[in-house]
Amino acid sequence: MSGIQSALHPAGVQAEHIARLWDVFLWVSVVVYVVVLAFLAAALLRRRPEIVPNAVDPRVRSAVSIAASITVLTLLGLITASVFTSRSIASVPEAALQVGVYGRQWWWQVEYDDRDKSKRFSTANELTIPVGVPVTLHLQSSDVIHSFWVPNLHGKRDLIPGKRTTLTIRADKPGVYRGQCAEFCGYQHAKMALWVNAVPAVEYAQWVESSRRPSKVPSTPQERKGQQIFMSSPCPLCHTIQGTDANGKTAPDLTHFASRRSIAAGTLPNRRGFLAGWILDSQHVKPGNFMPPMVLEQGEVEPLVTYLESLR
Amino acid sequence: MSVEHLPYALPGDDALHAQLEKTWSPAKGPFRWFMQIDHHILGKRFIITAFVWFALGGILAALMRFQLARPENTLLSNDQYNQIFTLHGVTMMFLFAVPVMEAVAIYMIPLMTGTRALAFPRLTAYSYYMFLFGGIMIYVAFFLNMAPDTGWFTYPPLASPEFAPGKRVDVWAQLVNFTEISAIAVALEVIVAVLKQRAPGMSINRLPLYVWSMLVTSFMIVFAMPAVMLASSYLALDRLVGTHLFNPVEGGDPLLWQHLFWFFGHPEVYIIFLPALGMISSIITAFCRRQVFGYTAMVLSQVATGFIGFGLWVHHMFATGLPQSGESFFTAASMMIAIPTGVQIFCWIATIWMGRPVYKPPLVFVLGFFAIFIAGGLSGVMLASVPIDLQVHDTMFVVAHLHYVLIGGAVFPLLGALYYWYPKFTGRLMNDKLGHLSFWLAFIGFNLTFFPLHKLGLIGMPRRVYTYLEDTGWGPLNLMASIGVVILGLGMLAYFVNALVSAKKGAVATADPWNGGTLEWATLSPPAHYNFVHMPVVSGHEPLWHAPEHAPVVTGLSTTAKEVLVTRTFDAEPDHRYVYPAPTPWPFLAAVATGGMFVALLFSPWALVIGLPIASACVIAWFWPSSPQKEGKVPKEDASPGIVRKSEAPA
Repeated sequence: MSGIQSALHPAGVQAEHIARLWDVFLWVSVVVYVVVLAFLAAALLRRRPEIVPNAVDPRVRSAVSIAASITVLTLLGLITASVFTSRSIASVPEAALQVGVYGRQWWWQVEYDDRDKSKRFSTANELTIPVGVPVTLHLQSSDVIHSFWVPNLHGKRDLIPGKRTTLTIRADKPGVYRGQCAEFCGYQHAKMALWVNAVPAVEYAQWVESSRRPSKVPSTPQERKGQQIFMSSPCPLCHTIQGTDANGKTAPDLTHFASRRSIAAGTLPNRRGFLAGWILDSQHVKPGNFMPPMVLEQGEVEPLVTYLESLR
Repeated sequence: MSVEHLPYALPGDDALHAQLEKTWSPAKGPFRWFMQIDHHILGKRFIITAFVWFALGGILAALMRFQLARPENTLLSNDQYNQIFTLHGVTMMFLFAVPVMEAVAIYMIPLMTGTRALAFPRLTAYSYYMFLFGGIMIYVAFFLNMAPDTGWFTYPPLASPEFAPGKRVDVWAQLVNFTEISAIAVALEVIVAVLKQRAPGMSINRLPLYVWSMLVTSFMIVFAMPAVMLASSYLALDRLVGTHLFNPVEGGDPLLWQHLFWFFGHPEVYIIFLPALGMISSIITAFCRRQVFGYTAMVLSQVATGFIGFGLWVHHMFATGLPQSGESFFTAASMMIAIPTGVQIFCWIATIWMGRPVYKPPLVFVLGFFAIFIAGGLSGVMLASVPIDLQVHDTMFVVAHLHYVLIGGAVFPLLGALYYWYPKFTGRLMNDKLGHLSFWLAFIGFNLTFFPLHKLGLIGMPRRVYTYLEDTGWGPLNLMASIGVVILGLGMLAYFVNALVSAKKGAVATADPWNGGTLEWATLSPPAHYNFVHMPVVSGHEPLWHAPEHAPVVTGLSTTAKEVLVTRTFDAEPDHRYVYPAPTPWPFLAAVATGGMFVALLFSPWALVIGLPIASACVIAWFWPSSPQKEGKVPKEDASPGIVRKSEAPA
């Protein structure tokens, strides 16, 4: 999966600008480094007259002045390049699509807003966006400071409690990109990742359509049993599953849980075994997270997992 | 011990030496440890204590690297890792980098300015104990599983009572009080000593560059540190008495913290870096056998760094989302600071070019500085650019950058300087073979540890993560870094062993084993407690290179009272005499009282109410005027001070 969480593999217009600017800075720096150290080496190794005169060689004096002037000019050049890059990054046109991203200790809540209340929906740790369309993210936090960072698309932007910040991104290549919280936010800062799915517009429209639907009604006895277990355990106090009575707001929305790539904010692949392990002992996987350990009777785990894995 | 061979000695100085040794002798008796005010003793204690914290901080760093050596490693838990990375940062910034630079200054400044002692000796003692107690407090807290775990920068709301219950963050806040009081006190001593206690003739434009760097640093400390003390006091208020200064829910502002913290935090790095620049100038001068090229440019660069250093703090906050014009200003300021640094590097290269380098370990450490620091400076220029910063901010790239500038820019020169001045600390020389070995191990280990982190940051690895998934592909580079840290550690170990063993077994050093040009080399190795029998009168840079045996000296300072000559600020003309106090336990007791108050403040705000009167009582006792005769304040002989040319000296 190398290259899906990398500033060196831009997949969006802003990351592309930054990567080009990075190239400029990198090569200028390499040249400066080599030249300065070459002068140092020459100063150390050059042949010297028997007696070193105490006077200052005027050629050395002018060399130092020239070096200082070149430094100033180089820095001016770099500042100019940097400011112009900032401007082109900021000049991405007003986005038609607005998505709310909430940093939580230690997961991402993603809200697809709509004027029509019935069309709003919520998901977690996964941001799906259409390719080639600017998307404005409204970043907020209600606990501590987090930082939203998907290096393939853009630099980072902090989510500061009490402030609303925005970040406009545009993915130009379809693909899956990984992001990770970049501001230290406590026990599980390390395990607070999210996925970005950049998909073609048609696919995006289909995804939105299916995401707006309430959860799938259990169709097998096993799934029904699983739903029963879910509803009678503490789960609904924190989790929402649209179309059921579960409407807790403090933990990820599970309406279309099975369609997501991973569990526990990018920590584990979304597969049965991992899910069972997570439900039974989430503190082992991600110590300090706010999901309490579940006490389940024997034979309850299987149906519960089956039910959750049916929520496509 | 004879002192008559020293460059500024007059015939008959051996008798004066005996008398002065008696007058300036440190405290004696069973409680002497608590009473010392001698700048040599306190300076050495300060340096050793700082290196103890450095070693502990280094062990913490190694633990972190071992944890990250492979994906999903379980050596450390997340809770341990968070405490350890916080304590590593706190240790290195608050308990090592700034204190050790001040510690060296406590020892070296009076020697380099040709005077008998540092200004305010009892304050030096007080700041030492505050520094010591602060370090002990935080490490005791660590072993009680109470170490702060919110990063050395301790951003609220993560550090607010809501999200950080318990005492961990309070320990951080009090540590800041301990160390910053200590740092500010020493800074004041250095400022006063440099401005008022120089050898006659050492006008401000003849100060050794190291002394200049400490002067600028000390002013920076005085202006920067109050910001963090204010911040930590606000945080303590939020946590202890329920104010909401940083609580967004009640109208507080978490960004206020960041501004206050970085207004201190950015100058802090120059506070660490500037003394190192001064050390480099000293070493290059001595080992290239010529005066540093471009003295005025060097001084102006240091002063410019001191000013510009206060104008860049916002580059730590680019990701918070600033208006574009503000961003551009701070980008420009952050890049501008590369100019004075560049000028200094060019001047040093010019000095080496025109000089005759002698490859002793101190110079080799300085050459290592060039190789490492220039890379760190260039990555700093990258970080000054907002778009690039937005990508690499808070990633391993920044970890690489800051270690390149701090280890390359400060620790390497420091190790070189301690090697260089070692004869002045111990009277012996360190072992050159071991010195070279420690350099190469440290140099190779350092680059192996930190160079890969640049790449890791660019390919997405954030800082302050206790683990990462295998799928990220960050494993191999992390492993390389973790192997590097072992080599780096061996290098440091070799250096420490060298320093410890040489103190007893090293070759005995003469007064001036390196043919240095500045005044510290005109004293015994190690110096007598009074430093100079006669203060020298200097007439240029590197006075020892210009026939010191013919230079005039100051006579008439008392030999029976601890008298120092106070000189005028700019031209260092003799102004008046001042008598230093006797050893006293009161600074120690005052530090116990203030330290006790700070520790009690972890638990209750009432500590302030009870602790302040006790601390005040100690300070009153400290300043209680005592009979001048008893303290030996009245010189028995009444020679009027004067400047004597050697030829006129009484035989």
